[in-house]
Amino acid sequence: MKRLVSMTVNGEEIELAIPPYRTLLDVLRNEGRLTGTKKGCDVGDCGACTVIMDGSPVNSCLVLGIEAEGATIETIEGQHAGPDLPHLIQEKFMDHGGAQCGFCTPGIIMMTKALLKENPNPTESEVRFAIAGNICRCTGYAKIVDAVLAAAEDLRKGRTL
Amino acid sequence: MYSLNYHRASSVADAVKLAKKGDDVKYLAGGMTLIPAMKTRLSAPSDLIDLGHIGELKGIKVSGKNVTIGAGTTHAEVAANEKLKAVCPAVSDLAAHIGDPAVRHKGTIGGSIANNDPAADYPAALLALDATVVTNKREIAAAKFFTGLFETALKDGEIVTAVRFTAPAKAGYEKFRNPASRYAMTGVFVAKGKANGKDDVRVAVTGAGENGVFRSKEIEAALSKKFDAAAVEGVKVPSKNLMSDIHASADYRAALVVVMAKRATAKANS
Repeated sequence: MKRLVSMTVNGEEIELAIPPYRTLLDVLRNEGRLTGTKKGCDVGDCGACTVIMDGSPVNSCLVLGIEAEGATIETIEGQHAGPDLPHLIQEKFMDHGGAQCGFCTPGIIMMTKALLKENPNPTESEVRFAIAGNICRCTGYAKIVDAVLAAAEDLRKGRTL
Repeated sequence: MYSLNYHRASSVADAVKLAKKGDDVKYLAGGMTLIPAMKTRLSAPSDLIDLGHIGELKGIKVSGKNVTIGAGTTHAEVAANEKLKAVCPAVSDLAAHIGDPAVRHKGTIGGSIANNDPAADYPAALLALDATVVTNKREIAAAKFFTGLFETALKDGEIVTAVRFTAPAKAGYEKFRNPASRYAMTGVFVAKGKANGKDDVRVAVTGAGENGVFRSKEIEAALSKKFDAAAVEGVKVPSKNLMSDIHASADYRAALVVVMAKRATAKANS
């Protein structure tokens, strides 16, 4: 039996009819038509499905959609500096070549946002610790870490998340 | 996942009342183990009772050396709490190294100990700290709470509401992570100064025992003579009753107990 669930996604309040066993990830992608959040392992190991729920990064594959009743969710679709303008973190990922196939990128960008909100001045090892649960299978993490550090530097110069 | 009924509890009393209704009821804390178990259908509850919105289960109280952590407190909240860091940094440090940030922001201390995964970190801390597990019905000493692999003293419908302990003079935790899963292949929590005499040093081991968390008499004896990393050097830990699997043999885990105890003691003294 479906249940009516309301949540605020990227600033917009939405109401969806969902089966109670459906994960937040599947709800966002199917009922919510927001496919930017990726489904990698679906068991909480890869971090591709990271979204920010009530201010905290979570694996949306390990949260039931119905648990998000009344919650505020931020996904990659809500991240931009203005119409057709990339978000600061996206801009730095482009500048530093921080995305290759791109599948892990939305999750890493959301995790980066959560990190920088809590710690706008991270060291390289703090960045690596923060993205430890986000797996990139293309290559390595050097460019990703560079991009995150560059975003932090711009934050210190007064730009905002 | 199979179809299920979802209920959001507003209080502990409400959760207990809701639990009486379904035929196969499970409490949902952070869900970091339960949801994956439901996906693989190892667990298929008819009814889920969400404990995630119960205010009385959240928060950390520190008064002097007495610490109470609400069962619904996330690992991230335990890791970040300044008052806890001041009296027992070993527990903050342990929480800061559970899983990854996404897991730490959703997973809770109550959920972790009620699940009692043999490789979970908190059981080692609770046993070494001689902590008390508080439920909606009673108080249970950690030594009696953890009864086996994924087994606890909790009765049907009983809910962990808090964990309580007195901060020791010194404590440290160190784990050897499985290279793939990052779970503790062996983790050792050392604590000193909880009691006078023979219980002064308590050492608990997770990730290694066939029956889950246990106290290492050998390491305790060595550290009771001198609470120093060097005192653990050369201690023989028996491999009997230790786990053997594709990741490590019982002998290897026995060796890891010694090495992790050394590192944990060094941390406790730093």
